[in-house]
Amino acid sequence: MNQVPATKGHMNSKPEGFELFLLRLRKKMVSIDPYLTVAGIGLWLFAYWVLCEGLEIWRFTKLPGPVAISKDWFSTTPFQGISIFTQEYYDHIFVSCQRILFAFGLATGLGVPLGLFMGWSRKIRDYVFPIIETLRPIPILAWVPLSILLLPGFEGPVIFLATLASFFVTTLNAMLGVDSIDEEYFRAAGCLGSSRWDIFRHVVVPGALPFIFTGLQISIGVAWFSLVAAEMVSGDLGLGYLIVDAYMNNVTVPMVIAMITLGFIGYFSSACVRTLGNKLMAWHVKELAQQGR
Amino acid sequence: MSIVNSFFSNTTTRRGFGAIVGFVVIWYFGAMVDDWTGYDVLGIGLVPPPGDVFTAFLGVIPKAGYWMSWVSSFSRVLTGFLVAMLIGIPFGLLLAVNRYFRGVFFPPFEILRPIPPLAWVPASLIFWPTNEMSIAFVTFLGAFFTIVINVLGGARSIDISYLRAAQSMGASQFDLFWKIILPGTLPSIFTGAAVGMGITWEVVLAAEMISGGGTQGGGGLGFFIWNSYMGGSLEQIVVGMISIGIAGYLCSSAIRKIGFYFMPWRRLF
Amino acid sequence: MAGKSHKKEQTGALSIKNVTKIYDPSGVNVKAVDDCSMEIAAGEVCMIVGPSGCGKTTLLNAIAGFHSITEGSIHLDGDLLCGPGKPKAEQSAERMVVFQHGALFPWKTLQENVAYGPTVQSAMSASEAMEKAGQMLAEAGLGQFIKKYPGEVSSGMARRAEIVRALINDPKVLLLDEPYRAMDALTKQIMHESLLETYDRTGVTIFFITHDLEEAIFLGDKVHVVTTRPCQLKKTVEVRIPRPRSFETQSSEEFRTLLEEVNEAVHEEAVKAFQAGEREMA
Repeated sequence: MNQVPATKGHMNSKPEGFELFLLRLRKKMVSIDPYLTVAGIGLWLFAYWVLCEGLEIWRFTKLPGPVAISKDWFSTTPFQGISIFTQEYYDHIFVSCQRILFAFGLATGLGVPLGLFMGWSRKIRDYVFPIIETLRPIPILAWVPLSILLLPGFEGPVIFLATLASFFVTTLNAMLGVDSIDEEYFRAAGCLGSSRWDIFRHVVVPGALPFIFTGLQISIGVAWFSLVAAEMVSGDLGLGYLIVDAYMNNVTVPMVIAMITLGFIGYFSSACVRTLGNKLMAWHVKELAQQGR
Repeated sequence: MSIVNSFFSNTTTRRGFGAIVGFVVIWYFGAMVDDWTGYDVLGIGLVPPPGDVFTAFLGVIPKAGYWMSWVSSFSRVLTGFLVAMLIGIPFGLLLAVNRYFRGVFFPPFEILRPIPPLAWVPASLIFWPTNEMSIAFVTFLGAFFTIVINVLGGARSIDISYLRAAQSMGASQFDLFWKIILPGTLPSIFTGAAVGMGITWEVVLAAEMISGGGTQGGGGLGFFIWNSYMGGSLEQIVVGMISIGIAGYLCSSAIRKIGFYFMPWRRLF
Repeated sequence: MAGKSHKKEQTGALSIKNVTKIYDPSGVNVKAVDDCSMEIAAGEVCMIVGPSGCGKTTLLNAIAGFHSITEGSIHLDGDLLCGPGKPKAEQSAERMVVFQHGALFPWKTLQENVAYGPTVQSAMSASEAMEKAGQMLAEAGLGQFIKKYPGEVSSGMARRAEIVRALINDPKVLLLDEPYRAMDALTKQIMHESLLETYDRTGVTIFFITHDLEEAIFLGDKVHVVTTRPCQLKKTVEVRIPRPRSFETQSSEEFRTLLEEVNEAVHEEAVKAFQAGEREMA
């Protein structure tokens, strides 16, 4: 038989687990990047301090500097009311997060299937796409007054706005995801005797996943954006509301604390989506790794 | 074939047209539902019917104040957007090209980026002496982050073969930058611009609604909507929404057209 | 041309009669195939050779059922695939395709890919299919890679896996569209030997498009040279080299003669295609 059996790679002991961690750590410490990062952040913090508290330049005095913020944020008796030790802080965080989860979940649950169907069926796309494209240019915040009038209570409009924003992005990306699938995969599946439903399950859904997850990362950012806006205008709890409330009451420290917290949570939620995506698309991650990206 | 005929002979356009007509019909029914049956689901009945909105639209067109709002909003959007492009594109390119610059400036940038632009509004109002400047600043922020990220991504994804080809033909660093990196990044710049434009509109709107629109000019379209809301005129609210939608669409179209002009090689697609 | 074990009845005879295909992209008629006829016997390895962009893929697509034909007819074992009244053939596992750039589903492992066909056709239960897939992959020398994703293995292995994926469905005809085009010469050699070995074992009819003349003569029973667009049969060269073949065959006198013969016919067409500035359809 003139078959040549494929041979295994020639490494006999790949570093695993803790060894791998140390290896990576060593690599990182030798490169200049982490030092630059520290320098960059340090530089920025220093500039911030100098402007607001050190030299008290111009109008920067009106804003709280890093010292004032840390003093309040990490103390048990915050001067201006919010710190990591106050219940109120966590109340606001919890409410915002809850809303985001609900809005994002709803938008994804509606948007992904709709987008997939739109990509897959010419008919559905022809009917639905024009409506979406007509409504999409209207900025989310333009819906605020209408939603306040139509939907009951405070939660209604807030969640509606975040869901709407998220929905547009998700649907469009899911649709583009299906478009991006190479025609040949559809043909191969057809050859192999798949029914329409098989093709949807085994080609359309997995094929569109990379685009869907890129879309989801954008969409959660957009959801936060809209949520904060809505909270600032019409909420009674939540980080957005906290910012406006602090501003109204002339306490600037909680305002900045809320901003920073929003930054962290925003980043963290994006990272969660990204990680989930990487888990579901192990094949994609490995493929990219092979290409050296 | 007359234009109307060719419009309707294409299945896609026919269906799209049908869909929009259907949408308006459903809108009409939804708006009238409480008048006819006395029941109301989710307050849908409060929505003004399409006819009323259209009438209100006609009523508002001759008013100078309405068009002044357009001018105000547009000028805010354009100012913020242009400044964001002027600062963002070089910043992004510098980040892409020089690893020390990137190492130092990228982390703070990434830390500030997740903070929603609107969260900056109160801080901005405190800091900047005038309302206009605070709105401009927040507008700038919104577009800035998006543009930089897109430029960075675009510049870094330029196929290294192009750079090598240029170098082997004797290009200097200067040449490389102006003739390879800049044109190669153009598509991403325009994508960033399109997305940034959308964000700019959102921010301008919000700023106008929150800060009461300022005392200069017409106050802007956001103020128009908020005013209509305060005045209890639902039809005008919808008119405002549609107006902004049109304005936003015009801006994105403009960006796309400008994009085609600067990137003739893309017209094939 | 014996040496094949008759694992199946002799099926897979293709009859292409006067097939014409006219595309109409944006109103400009493009005649991809013009009055093309060829006969492919059951169990034969038939190589289609011609310059790029000349319409050979269109012919394959018509057999597979991806495209319709404008005139003419195609029969498989006497049954009509497509023709007057039925411009487009149905896609079926009887005519399995192996694609140029490889169409293994990137999101399934090699084993899952191969097991897909039988599972989805309900020919076997999922676990049976997986087991058989594992077996067949092992026979093809890919036993250690069955749980890997296509993105993780070399293109040579992926292509071999794709052929296994086609063969597990017991097709009558295997349609290969320049499957080894993007490979280096050394990998190609291995692919050739693997394909020949598979053919010797199963005797499936093979319809193979290529622009590599040596590949055509090395693998084929018949080499059909086609013209540039529109595609027509120009010349048929019979390769009477006995099987099983090994790569020493390529230095034999007979091989060289055949190569010259085919080259003469193709070269003329290649020059024409080059001058016409044909964009490759792939």
